[in-house]
Amino acid sequence: MVSELRQGQGRRVSGFGGFSGFSRFSANHKMVFTGGGIILCILILSCLAPIAGDPCSVNMDERLSPPSFKHPFGTDQLGRDMLSRVLHGGRVSLIVAITISLLSMVVGCFVGAVSGYFGGVVDDVIGRIVDVFMSIPEIVLNIAMVGVFCAVYGVSTFIVIFAVVFTNWVGYARLMRGMVLSLKEREFVLCAKAIGAGEWYILFRHIIPNAAGPLIVLATLNIGNVIMTIASLGFLGLGIQPPIPEWGQILNSGKNYITTAPWISFFPGLFIALSVLGFNILGEGLNAES
Amino acid sequence: MLKVENLVVRFKSRVGVVRAVDGVNFDVVSGERFVFVGESGSGKTVLAMALVRLLPNNATVTGRVIFDGVDLLKLSEKEMRKVRNCKIAYIPQNQASLNPLMKVGYQCAEPLVEQGLERGRIMRKVSELLEFFGIGHRFKDYPHKLSGGMRQRALLVMGLSREPEMIIADEPTKGLDAVKREQVVEAFQKLGRRTLMVITHDLPFAEKVADRIAVMYCGKIVEISPAREFFDCPLHPYSKGLLESLPERGMNPIKGFQPSLVNLPEGCRFRERCDLSTARCAEEPPLLEVDGSLVRCWLYADEMC
Repeated sequence: MVSELRQGQGRRVSGFGGFSGFSRFSANHKMVFTGGGIILCILILSCLAPIAGDPCSVNMDERLSPPSFKHPFGTDQLGRDMLSRVLHGGRVSLIVAITISLLSMVVGCFVGAVSGYFGGVVDDVIGRIVDVFMSIPEIVLNIAMVGVFCAVYGVSTFIVIFAVVFTNWVGYARLMRGMVLSLKEREFVLCAKAIGAGEWYILFRHIIPNAAGPLIVLATLNIGNVIMTIASLGFLGLGIQPPIPEWGQILNSGKNYITTAPWISFFPGLFIALSVLGFNILGEGLNAES
Repeated sequence: MLKVENLVVRFKSRVGVVRAVDGVNFDVVSGERFVFVGESGSGKTVLAMALVRLLPNNATVTGRVIFDGVDLLKLSEKEMRKVRNCKIAYIPQNQASLNPLMKVGYQCAEPLVEQGLERGRIMRKVSELLEFFGIGHRFKDYPHKLSGGMRQRALLVMGLSREPEMIIADEPTKGLDAVKREQVVEAFQKLGRRTLMVITHDLPFAEKVADRIAVMYCGKIVEISPAREFFDCPLHPYSKGLLESLPERGMNPIKGFQPSLVNLPEGCRFRERCDLSTARCAEEPPLLEVDGSLVRCWLYADEMC
C-alpha cells in the first residue's frame, strides 16, 4: 500500500516537474527549432556551395539537361550546374538580406528611439517622415531608387542594399518609438536620472537594451520579407546583376524555358520559399516565446 | 544645509490645476534626519522630486530650494545633473527602480562611473558597500533574483556609493514586511550622521529613524516637531489622528477623506475632518511656533496671546 502510494507520487512528481512543464512550452520551442533548423540547413548548404563546383562555368554540351546524378538540380540554358548556382545564390541572398535587416535595424532603432525619447518637435518631424514612407508602396520606391542610382553610379550590390534599407528602416522605427514611449516611463529610468545620468546614456544604456526582445523578433520576420524583396528586384532585373548568381535573378532567367526546363526556376523558387518560411516560423516562435 | 522657501508645485490636468505642493517652507540642518509623514496623495513624493527637479514637464515648480547657498531651481540642467550625481542622492520609492537587464553591482556603480572614477576603485568601493549592507554575494545577480528588502538596500548602496552630502529616500519601506523593514531600519542606522530626508507613511519606521518630523496634509506642512515630542504629544489634530490610527494606539482612523487637490476648501484644509474645528478654521491658519515646534492650527493661536 505504502509502496503503491510512493510510486503514484513519484509518477506525479516527475510528470509535474518534467513533462507538463515541457509540453507547456514545447509548441513554441518546436517553432523555434523548426524555423531555426530550416535556416541552419540552408546556411550550411550555402557554406558548402564551393563543393558543388563553379556556378559560372559554361558547358554548352550539357545545356538544359534535366536533374541527374551529375547535375542534381539540372543545368540552365548555358549548361551551368543549377545546384552550384542555387547554393551560391543562397550565399548572396542570405548575406545581403541579413545585412539589410541589420542595417535597417540600426537606422530604425536610432531614429525611433530618438523620436520616442525626446518627443516634441523631434517626434513630430520624424513621425511625418515615417508617415510619408509608409504611404508609398515599398517595392515601387525600391524600384525607383535602384533605377535612379544605377543610372547614375552604375550597377552594384551596394545600391540594392542601400535602396532596400532606405524603405525598410521604417518598421523598426515605429516599433522602437512605441517601446521607448513605454520604457521611458519606467522606474529605472527615473532612477538613472536621479543618479545624474545624461539623456543619451539613459537611452543607450537603459532603454534600448530593454527593447531588444521585440526587436529581435521583428528582425527575424523582417529577414524573410527582405529575401522576397531582393528576389523580386532580382526577378525584375534590378537586383544583383549577373554573373553573380542570386535566387530572384536565376528565377527570371528560367522563365523563358519554364515549359521545357522547369527546374531552372523551380529550385531557386523552392529555396526562396523555404528560407522565407524558415525565418517566419522562427520569428513567430520567438514572438510567442518572449 | 537645505532650505526650502515657499515651494509650490502645480500640475495642469484636464480637471484643473492641481496644487500638489502648496507653499512649503522648511529647512534641514547638516547631519539631521528629517522625516516627512502624511497619507498617500499629500504631496510628499512630489515635494521630494521637486527638490531634485525630477518631475515631468507638465509640472511647474516655483519658490526657492537653497542647497549650500545655491538655488537649485535656477541651475541649468547640466549643473543639476552634477548636483544629483554628487551632492543629493534621491532614492526612488519603487524597488522596480533597478534596470532588469543590469547586474546589481554594476548598477550600483553607475553613479561612480558617471563621476569618472577609475574602474578598479569603483568596483572595490561598490562591493565593500554591498558587503556592508549584507548583500555582497549578490554583486553579479540580476535584480529579479533579489528580494524586496535586498533591492531596497541595493538602491541605498546606489545612493551612498557616490558619497552624497544629502540623501533623500522616498518611501524606503514601501511594500516590505516587518522583517524587511527592520533590515532597512538597520541599514539607515548604519549610515551614521549623514544628512537624511526620508519620506514615508510608515510611522513606526519614522519613529526609529527621525530626528525631526514634518507632517504633510494636502500639499501643506501642518506640523514640524522634534521626533520625541511628536510621538509623545503631537500638536496638530491631524497628527493626533495619524498616530491614533496606528494599531498599537487604538486604531481609530481619521473620519472622512482627504479633499481633492483640485478644489480645496477655503481655510484650514483639515477642517471638515477635524473634531475640534471652530468658525475660525474657515480662515487659513498660519504656521505657529509652539515650544520649539511649528504647527498650522488655530488651537494654538490663543496660547500665544
